[in-house]
Amino acid sequence: MSQLKLPIYLDYSATTPVDPRVAAKMIPYLTEQFGNPASRSHSFGWTAEEAVENARAEVAKLLNADPKEIVWTSGATESDNLAIKGAAQFYKSRGKHIITVKTEHKAVLDTCRELERQGFEVTYLGVQENGLIDIEEFKAAIRPDTILVSVMYVNNEIGVIQDIPQIGEICREKGIIFHVDATQAPGKVKMDMNVLKVDLMSLSAHKAYGPKGIGALYVRRKPRVRLEAQMHGGGHERGFRSGTLPTHQIVGMGEAFRLAREEMDSESERIRMLRDRLWNGIKDMEEVYINGDIDQRVPHNLNVSFNFVEGESLIMAIKDLAVSSGSACTSASLEPSYVLRALGRNDEMAHSSIRFTLGRFTTEEEIDFAIALLKDKIGKLRELSPLWEMFKEGVDLNSVQWAAH
Amino acid sequence: MAYSDKLMDHYENPRNVGSFEKGDDSVGTGMVGAPACGDVMKLQIKVNADGVIEDAKFKTYGCGSAIASSSLVTEWVKGKSLDEAMAIKNTAIAEELALPPVKIHCSILAEDAIKAAVSDYKQKHGK
Ligand SMILES: Cc1ncc(COP(=O)(O)O)c(C=O)c1O
Repeated sequence: MSQLKLPIYLDYSATTPVDPRVAAKMIPYLTEQFGNPASRSHSFGWTAEEAVENARAEVAKLLNADPKEIVWTSGATESDNLAIKGAAQFYKSRGKHIITVKTEHKAVLDTCRELERQGFEVTYLGVQENGLIDIEEFKAAIRPDTILVSVMYVNNEIGVIQDIPQIGEICREKGIIFHVDATQAPGKVKMDMNVLKVDLMSLSAHKAYGPKGIGALYVRRKPRVRLEAQMHGGGHERGFRSGTLPTHQIVGMGEAFRLAREEMDSESERIRMLRDRLWNGIKDMEEVYINGDIDQRVPHNLNVSFNFVEGESLIMAIKDLAVSSGSACTSASLEPSYVLRALGRNDEMAHSSIRFTLGRFTTEEEIDFAIALLKDKIGKLRELSPLWEMFKEGVDLNSVQWAAH
Repeated sequence: MAYSDKLMDHYENPRNVGSFEKGDDSVGTGMVGAPACGDVMKLQIKVNADGVIEDAKFKTYGCGSAIASSSLVTEWVKGKSLDEAMAIKNTAIAEELALPPVKIHCSILAEDAIKAAVSDYKQKHGK
């Protein structure tokens, strides 16, 4: 245990470190090959352009897509905005109805809210207890004036994988544009754009061992999908997104996605073993629940609620683990995670949830440390908890008249 | 959030954790808060024949500030008469632990817990 560096990073869905191999590839493009890829009149520009196009090909290759279908952006937030606003505005003469899901990332939900202010109508589908949408409910929500559907591939909080192939088939059949926020998917889920009926797909580098501040939007060419540009200027990226391309960032994303393609199979297997080890280590504590479907889920994610332990004290107690909690407890009002609420978890269970996300540099030793720490601290907090005491005495907590305050 | 050393000490080494027998005549039990609000405090006092609180115990479901506030009041009520205990104000608790403004409600809850425990004891003794 002597080698362990604390705190232990188990928050890979928030962001990942840049893989040293990626960083090494990026650096020359900051200091030496610093040219503007749009410069056509000298070798600095040509070198940069070549690097950008190589990276574009790598991103396309992970998706089995055509490089011409990849548009660089600053990240998935921008990709979501460009896809949803761009498609809605371009196709608004066909209709004004959009369908999305309550458990989407804020980058999708807030973009849809903005479109509501612009006169579009949005249906926010609920999810089942396992976090997956009910396909029949989705079909029933489709209207003659539905122009756009946006469903995420992998949920960032609970790691569940939505049935993108099937939703795609339904959208294509009805002639509805289908956008997928796939930020959490690269390197975790196999994606083949020749099979998937997805029209627009948002990607980000920093969730896959690339740098922050670079992402891409996949825009299908066959059948062709059109977008209203959201950023105007020099007409870069075939007019989809103006702005000088950040060559070093793009090179980083390309290398990160190349590694994702090459190492996905072995890496997922290793991470699944560690995730299962973590779950097996803690599941025997009583009153521990997994949030989200256990099978339709990426191997990197374990989201667990520890009943009868309050969320903020839990985070304080396990500060040697860098994890996310289902509770935004720095704000004055405790806001439970809207994703867990959408699964039907009550506020207490949402507050007492911890998201563990494992990644490329997670070790068995770290997982064993985490298990021991969780057992010790949760045991102590439960010793302190009057709710745990009542539960142990067989009191039904729902029948108790709590003094409101 | 940065917490004071005193708060962290009470959180990491809470004093007087536990329970007394609820039915015991010399025990007053106060339970305040609600799980849905994120904190529940159970404070118990043990009162001797002279009407002095000779021991106190607590259990708290809540954030670090709630745990520290209840731990602190178990120390403060010991050796006090019921009236003296009733005079403990939330502002004193908040000040002692340097609670940040968003955590003031924890000190209010701790004050409420004392009042509830004293009132339970008094009720048992027909006062
Ligand atoms: C599902 C999902 N969509 C979008 C984003 C935003 O990505 P970016 O940080 O690249 O803007 C994130 C990252 O938090 C995410 O997890």
